[in-house]
Amino acid sequence: MKSLLAPGHRGCAGCCDAMAAKFTLMAAGEDCIVVSPTGCLEVMTTPYPESSWDVPFIHSLFENNAAVASGIEAALKAKGEMGNTKIIAMGGDGATLDIGMRSVSGAFERGHDFTFVCIDNEAYMNTGVQRSGATPFAASTTTSPSGTVSFGNIRPKKNMPAIMAAHGSPYVATTSIGYPKDMIRKVKTAVDVEGPTYVHAHSPCTTGWGFDTSKTVEVAKMAVETCLWPLYEMEDGEITKVKKVKNPKPVEDYLKMQRRFKHLFTKEGGDDFIKQIQALADKNIEKFGLQ
Amino acid sequence: MKRDFEKDKKDMVVVEGSYAVASAVKSCRPNVISAYPITPQTHIVEDLSQFMADGEIPNCEYIMVESEFSALSALVGSSAAGARSYSATTSQGLELMHEVLFNVSGMRLPVVMTVANRAVSAPINIWNDQQDSISQRDTGWIQLYAEDTQEVSDMTAQAFKIAEDPDVLLPVMTCMDGFILSHVYEPVVLLDDDLVAEYLPPFEPEFKLDPKNPKTFGAFADPNSYTEFRFLQQQAMNKALKTIEDAADEFYDLFGRYYGGLIDTYETDDADIILMAMGSIVGTIKDVVDKLRANGVKVGLLKVRSFRPFPVEAIKNVIKDAKVVVALDKNISIGLNEGALFTETKASLYNTKIDVPVIGFMIGHGGRDIPVETIENIIDEAKKVIDSGISVESQFTDLKEELL
Repeated sequence: MKSLLAPGHRGCAGCCDAMAAKFTLMAAGEDCIVVSPTGCLEVMTTPYPESSWDVPFIHSLFENNAAVASGIEAALKAKGEMGNTKIIAMGGDGATLDIGMRSVSGAFERGHDFTFVCIDNEAYMNTGVQRSGATPFAASTTTSPSGTVSFGNIRPKKNMPAIMAAHGSPYVATTSIGYPKDMIRKVKTAVDVEGPTYVHAHSPCTTGWGFDTSKTVEVAKMAVETCLWPLYEMEDGEITKVKKVKNPKPVEDYLKMQRRFKHLFTKEGGDDFIKQIQALADKNIEKFGLQ
Repeated sequence: MKRDFEKDKKDMVVVEGSYAVASAVKSCRPNVISAYPITPQTHIVEDLSQFMADGEIPNCEYIMVESEFSALSALVGSSAAGARSYSATTSQGLELMHEVLFNVSGMRLPVVMTVANRAVSAPINIWNDQQDSISQRDTGWIQLYAEDTQEVSDMTAQAFKIAEDPDVLLPVMTCMDGFILSHVYEPVVLLDDDLVAEYLPPFEPEFKLDPKNPKTFGAFADPNSYTEFRFLQQQAMNKALKTIEDAADEFYDLFGRYYGGLIDTYETDDADIILMAMGSIVGTIKDVVDKLRANGVKVGLLKVRSFRPFPVEAIKNVIKDAKVVVALDKNISIGLNEGALFTETKASLYNTKIDVPVIGFMIGHGGRDIPVETIENIIDEAKKVIDSGISVESQFTDLKEELL
């Protein structure tokens, strides 16, 4: 299959964004238009006068890619040029869960025919690893650092897939860049379903999370294998498919791979936080029927 | 102003200013409209919604967005995809769009937006002044100001023509005073669809988001190239000076109505005192000029239609022989105690051989009425400048001392 994202981008070695974008384009094919907000993906792929995109691509602002996608869809419909063209808005967790939330919500409520792919690397990586609404409990970031009285981020991740399902989206799925076939299948399903569809891709960031550049896929898989990131699909708000995890691994196996959780293993009292994180995984096992 | 009122009379209808604008937009055949309602722009979007509901705007999608930020953001997408794109807003809505305004102009998207000028918070105030659009003067949008409802209606077609000119490709704001023009009912000639079709060709951009010919829009520009993008925007503004004039001339040839291009003048040829203004206040000033001219006072009016690009040469040419120039501003740059028209006119004269005193009055903020007497008082102040020079460069008018 031809790669529609040229290899000559400026992503870090082991970059999750490059994988997410590549898999998304493999699913969507050539007849698509990509919208991307401000973030690593846009910066690393469009240094003027170069571009890594072999499909039409537009970057506007940090907070409005769903609105821009709405406009593109409206334009193609109005001019009778929609055909089979897929419109994809691809943004990081900041541009999706936080600053872009209003525009995502508006676009889904209006029911535009497009697919939103969230590349969730769990912090604002483009500005240097600050916490976002997707940062997990107890992760250390530059704005939620562990310190003498802190064990990192104090709140759990915002449940964005549930929020998007609550908007009446006909198709919502979680995936991971550690499972390319899963991601490609889900993005393909999403772009083929009419209406606003949402794919939330868990995307470990070598730079922000602190692991070796060769380990991106390994870390991604471990998030799924520990049940901290369950993979499932929702149709019209109901969970219809879940990827089972036969023998869930302890969350320590995932946490100890990453610098952002290092304090849980070195500071007194860290054990308790690891237990709380294990409880989150256990809850996922129960809630999504992962076993 | 050149206009054959006798000829127009047979086609005149009495409609609200907002309706005239909405009707003009319809005649311009937009493909995408995206707007969020806000007073006093609301009637424009309501009228457009009704046109859509009645199937009167073919090949058009109306996106009912959740905010002004998304209203203009959606037009980034639609315009880049090759659709003629329109919005309308005012005041807080325009302020909310601020970031997107730069984005639209920087990407050279020829969006047209009507601004029903209104004061900005705080204190909250829904009435007219021009602080909202003036605050956006550096965002790279062409800004045109209309004197009456007929002009803002006609200006809508001119705006698309200017914006979509391949030499320009800049967004255009058509500014109408909120309530004073947006809610007034007066006789206007609605744009004729066939004539507009002749005047305004279909929007066919050279570059658009097209899977058959992939292009990247909104790229990341480092210090190596960012400056050149800004330079090219400025260059496009320079070219727009002529395009705005041409659009007005061509409109006159087809429709028989003309309100000036970059500027218009009224009794300025031999004027000692020239008042400069933008928007609906121009009508009041014309009445005062008529009254004072009848009494032998050599006073004239310079109406500024285009605030961006700022028509430096055209203005200099009109005011160079006056004895005093008075700029009236429905805005203020807080901290400088000056309105924008005053500041920029003054700046236009510096480093030239034109030595005309210029004074400024900030007027009509938050919808305060501007009666004829206020204009007459201002002209009295101007006379004093001729006699004894400038005592106060720039000041508020009609301040209520008891409230301070």
